[in-house]
Amino acid sequence: MSNIMVTDPRFSSAGRPSGRLLEVDDLRVEFRTRDGVAKVINGVTYHVDAGETLAVLGESGSGKSVTAQTIMGILDTPPGFLTGGQIRFHGEDMLEMSAEQRRKIRGTGIAMVFQDALSALNPVFTVGFQIGEQFRIRQGMSRKEAKRRSIELLDQVRIPNARQRVTEYPHQFSGGMRQRVMIAMSLALDPEVLIADEPTTALDVTVQAQIMDLLAELRRERNMGMILITHDLGVVADVSDRIAVMYAGRIVEEANVHELYARPAHPYTLGLLDSIPRIDEKGQELRTIKGLPPSLLRIPSGCPFHPRCPMAQPVCVEKVPPLRRLGPTRGSACHFAEELLQAEELVKP
Amino acid sequence: MSEKILEIKELVKHYAVTRGIVFKKTIGHVQAVDGVTLDLREGETLGVVGESGCGKSTLSRVVMNLELPTAGTVLYRGEDIFKMRGGDMRRLRRQIQLVMQDPYTSLNPRMTVGDLIGEPFEIHTEVAPKGSRRQKVQELLELVGLNPEHINRYPHQFSGGQRQRIGIARALALRPEIIVCDEPVSALDVSIQAQVMNLLEKLQSELGLAYIFIAHDLSVVRHLSDRVAVMYLGKIVEIGTEDQIYERPTHPYTQALLSAVPVPDPTVRSTKAIIRLTGDVPSPANPPSGCRFRTRCWKAQDICAKEVPALVERRGTDHPSACHFAEEREIVVTHEAGVA
Repeated sequence: MSNIMVTDPRFSSAGRPSGRLLEVDDLRVEFRTRDGVAKVINGVTYHVDAGETLAVLGESGSGKSVTAQTIMGILDTPPGFLTGGQIRFHGEDMLEMSAEQRRKIRGTGIAMVFQDALSALNPVFTVGFQIGEQFRIRQGMSRKEAKRRSIELLDQVRIPNARQRVTEYPHQFSGGMRQRVMIAMSLALDPEVLIADEPTTALDVTVQAQIMDLLAELRRERNMGMILITHDLGVVADVSDRIAVMYAGRIVEEANVHELYARPAHPYTLGLLDSIPRIDEKGQELRTIKGLPPSLLRIPSGCPFHPRCPMAQPVCVEKVPPLRRLGPTRGSACHFAEELLQAEELVKP
Repeated sequence: MSEKILEIKELVKHYAVTRGIVFKKTIGHVQAVDGVTLDLREGETLGVVGESGCGKSTLSRVVMNLELPTAGTVLYRGEDIFKMRGGDMRRLRRQIQLVMQDPYTSLNPRMTVGDLIGEPFEIHTEVAPKGSRRQKVQELLELVGLNPEHINRYPHQFSGGQRQRIGIARALALRPEIIVCDEPVSALDVSIQAQVMNLLEKLQSELGLAYIFIAHDLSVVRHLSDRVAVMYLGKIVEIGTEDQIYERPTHPYTQALLSAVPVPDPTVRSTKAIIRLTGDVPSPANPPSGCRFRTRCWKAQDICAKEVPALVERRGTDHPSACHFAEEREIVVTHEAGVA
């Protein structure tokens, strides 16, 4: 099964070709907490086009979920404050729009699947009511019509016996089935972009495989753009076209999926790939990334990765490396990206 | 082959499902663990994998003697641990220790690191007489890669990975022979997970520990284990060495499980064997008759509903598998790490 999409050769942060579906441009968000100001997102730029899957990869605290929340307009304010940047949907800046205009985009333009379906669904309403709510409120459908559409949707996400299950409550569904309900709900208004925030983290691996297959299939059928937020390098390799790796609120590397795994252009990506045990490899000591991810209250000067980087030089402490373009589809925020690629070339020609 | 230190025989743990408050009536049993037989040898790592609800954590709780089994025995060096009392029991507790999954809830937030790690010495005074405790704790901190000067800090001052190290230091305090690790790295970030896994390996080779390593992540289990048992709905469906399970799996469930694990390499996307199970795991309160996996199995025949398949070696296979139609099949193409 080959589902590799031809990726857009134009590079995201360089120039601004028109006709992009969703673009995030130099987004900045900070959290004003009791302990100080945490700079959670420090200039994030990415885009997603129709029919492609962009994976946003990062560890906890890298800002990957907050970026998604900001796009959806569900950032908790306070403590979260938007301090700069643009989010353009079909070229129009959503941050300049009125609340009413933004509401119109939610669901029909951009929809989101959350990680924990049990807490994202309302326990006191049937799943049919919760899915149908969108049809009734947004499209003025009758209750009966909304229920019929809900059954259709549950069918589409392959919930067996949808006609009967539409009247059941979230607690009556298993974890995997609940996630399917969530997906059905997000697809109700036929969105152009689907943001999936760790959609399978809480699930078992056999169920995870089912859900990822389902998402990939629905994306293909509907030609949606998908932003997959995850920390799992395995899932990313399986389904995505392009990848943005985040660290301390910045994108440190952007590449198409084959480039990134074959030859990472940032020491952090390289470290991540080396530190995960693989099911198809026999044990050896894992190489690790030393130290800990930085506190967002005290992000290190220069390159935020420098205290943990094996390649760090004095310049890394002083200067923040910008996300530089290295090829048609890739970029790296490392002062020594070229050297790293060259060294890798020597090891694996 | 080294000596068996732990023998688990036909272990069964059922939980009663009741209805009513005053007049409680048992209406069924959750068959969390149902007839598990396992050995643990000195210095080895036995991996136990399975999806949620397969009974792997219940197994660890019973082995730790935190819960009594419904039936079956666990022998520690030939002695039944459920018959031990008083001093014998205390000595056993020293030998088997637990590292828990969640480093945020398994450490008391009101105790300092020194108190947390040193608490086992209060009961087992023979390990560290009163005057030497502080020094012992500092040695332990050093052993797990933490700064010994942080002995007076509280858990909230540490990161997740560091807290897991504290949990490991606490488990090591009494110099046990066996450590039961129940999902020790699943709550940690990718870059931290590798650090803790390397630490567990280092401690094993330095101290000669035996691990029962319980996890749902098959890649992690492969990396650390010498032998692996695969569980499904309270039963072991297949057991063998790491190579046998990962390179020559014979049970359809093991094969499906391995096939579902995403490989962090986009080039294997098209070459990978894809087996997709349909549906969810049935409820352990009402498991299917015969083979418990038959409801999701593509090989199921009439015999699977009638007869429980025994966990034995079948013709053409080299390790025990509980399937009537056990057959080797290569799912993941293994290569040596670092060579690729």
